[in-house]
Amino acid sequence: MKAERTRNLIWGIVAIIGSVVIFLIPFAFILTTAFKTQQESSLLEFSWPTEFAFLDNLVTVLQTRDYVVVRAFINSTVVTVVSVTIMVVLAAMVGWVLQRRQSRWNGLINFAVLAGLIVPPAVVPTIFVMQELGIFRTLHGLILIEVAFGLSFCILLFRAFAASVPRELDEAALIDGAGPLRLFFQVAFPLLRSVIVTVIVVQSVAVFNDFANPLYFAPGDENVTVQLTLYNFQSQFQTSWNLLFTDILLITIPPLIMYIFFNRQIVAGMTSGAVKG
Amino acid sequence: MSLAPSQPIRPPIPPSTGPAIRTRRKLGNRVNKPYPGWFYAPAAVIYGVLFIAPTLASFYFAFTRWSFAETEFVGFDNFVTFFTEPRLFKGFTNTFIYAVLTSGAKVVLGLLLAIVLTSGIFARGYLRAVIFFPVLVSTVGVGITFKILLDPFDGLVNKALAVIGIQGPGWLTDPSLALLSIAAVDVWKGIGLATLIYIAGIVAIPNEYFEAAKVDGASAWAVFRHITVPMVRPAMITVIILSLIGGLRTFDLIWAMTGGGPGFASDVIASTIYKQYAAGFYGLSTAGNVVLFLVVTAAVLPLYLFLNRKSKDL
Repeated sequence: MKAERTRNLIWGIVAIIGSVVIFLIPFAFILTTAFKTQQESSLLEFSWPTEFAFLDNLVTVLQTRDYVVVRAFINSTVVTVVSVTIMVVLAAMVGWVLQRRQSRWNGLINFAVLAGLIVPPAVVPTIFVMQELGIFRTLHGLILIEVAFGLSFCILLFRAFAASVPRELDEAALIDGAGPLRLFFQVAFPLLRSVIVTVIVVQSVAVFNDFANPLYFAPGDENVTVQLTLYNFQSQFQTSWNLLFTDILLITIPPLIMYIFFNRQIVAGMTSGAVKG
Repeated sequence: MSLAPSQPIRPPIPPSTGPAIRTRRKLGNRVNKPYPGWFYAPAAVIYGVLFIAPTLASFYFAFTRWSFAETEFVGFDNFVTFFTEPRLFKGFTNTFIYAVLTSGAKVVLGLLLAIVLTSGIFARGYLRAVIFFPVLVSTVGVGITFKILLDPFDGLVNKALAVIGIQGPGWLTDPSLALLSIAAVDVWKGIGLATLIYIAGIVAIPNEYFEAAKVDGASAWAVFRHITVPMVRPAMITVIILSLIGGLRTFDLIWAMTGGGPGFASDVIASTIYKQYAAGFYGLSTAGNVVLFLVVTAAVLPLYLFLNRKSKDL
C-alpha cells in the first residue's frame, strides 16, 4: 500500500512537470508577452517581463481602430446572449415534445436533428438565402445562424433529459387543468433546469469562440465579433506582439471565467453520451 | 454529445385492423394533446430556412457556374475541376490525412490519459483541469499563439530545441511538415475533451469487475485489454465519431495558423471552400461543399451504424 502511494506520488510529479511544459507554458507565454513592452516582446522570449506594461498595452489595444475591440466585445456578447436564449427555449420545446409525443414523424425528426450534427453547412447557398432575406452581414442574421447550427446539439441533450422527468408530474398538472404551454413552461421547464444550465454554458462558450460563421455570414467592420478582431489583428500587430497577446488574453478570459464557475456543467454537457452509448 | 440512436421510447402500437384504427387514432390524439406538434414550428422554421434549404440547394448549385445574379448549368464541370486541379485535390487528400491523424491520436492518447487520470495518481484534479482547459479557449487564439511558438527562427519551440543542440525544422513553413504541425496543435487543443469522455466511461465501469480481476490475479495489461477497453466502448465510439467529424470539417485552426499555406500544402476541403468563395467561384465552392458533405457522411455513417450494431451484440 505504501509502495503504491509513493509510486502514485512519483508519477504524479512526473505528470505535473509534463503538463506544465506541454499545457501551461503556452498560456504563460501569452500572459508574460501581454505584460511586456513592445521592445521586449519583440524578442519573443519566454521570460519574466522586466518592465510591466500591461495597462498601457490594454489601453492601446482597446483604442485601436476606433475602439474596435470594445465594439467587438459588445457585439459578441449580444450574439452570444440572444442566440443562446433562443436556442435554449426552442430546443427545449422540441426535445420535450419529441420525447413525449408518439408520432410516426419521430424517426424523421430524429434523423434531421442528427444531420445537424454531422452535415457541414453549405456556405455559399446559406449566404444566398441570407441575402434574399436581407439578413446577410447583420448581427441578427448571425444570431439566427448560430441558433440554426446549434439547435441539434441542444435538442439531443433536452430529449435525453426529458426522459428522466416522470410522466406522473405531467398527468398531475393536466388534471389540475394546465394546457400544453403551462405544462411546458411552468412544470417541465423548471425541472429541466440542470440541463438548461449545461446547454447555456456549453453553447455560450461555443458561440463566443465561433470564428467561421462570423467570417462567412457577418463580414465587415460594422458587425465585427471578437474572434474576427483577433484574426485581423494578426496583420495589424505584426510587430507588436505585446498587443496581439493582450488581445488573445482578453479573449481567453470569458471562457476561463465560465470554466471556473461552471466546470461541472461543462463536463456534464460535453461527456453526455459517453456512458449510455 | 449523444450520437447514439434514439431508443424507441415506447413499444410500437400493435397493428390492428378495421374499427380499431379509429380508436387508436383517438387514443393517439388524447395521449399527444399535451404535447402539441406546433412546438416544433419555431425551431423548424429557423433550421429549415438556414440549414436544410441551403444544404438541399447546394446539390443544385454545385452543378452550376453561379454568381447569385445568374446561374448556368455546367454539369459535372465543377467536380472535374475539383478533382483534377492539384491545388484543390491536395485539400481533398489533406482532409483525410488530417482527420485520421488527429482522431487516431485523440482515441489512443485520450484513453491512456484517462486511465492514468482515473488511477490513484497524485494531483489528478489539477491534471484534469489543465488538460481540459484548451478545449474552451478560442481556436484562433490557440492558432496564433502556436504560430508564434513554432516560428522557425524566433519560436520558443525551436529555441528550446537549440538549447539541447537540435536544429528545429520550419514547422509551419516546410510544406511537408505544415499539415502535421497543425494536426499536432489540434490534438493539443482537443485531447482534453477525448480524455474527459473516456473518464466518464471508465468511472461508470462497476468496480466489481476490477475487484474480480484482482482476485483472479490478472495483470494490469489483462485488466486493460479485457475489462477497460470493452467496457469503455460507448465512450470510444463517441470519441471516434466526434473527432472524425471535427477533423474532416476542420477550418479555424488551419486558417489561423497557415491559411492553407505554404502554397496550398496545408489546405483542406473546408479552406478551399472558403478560398473559392472569396475568389468569386461560387459554383466551385459549393461543389467543394458537396464533396465535403459526401466525405463526412461516407466516413461517419457506416462507422456509426457498424459501431453501434457491434455494441449492441455485446
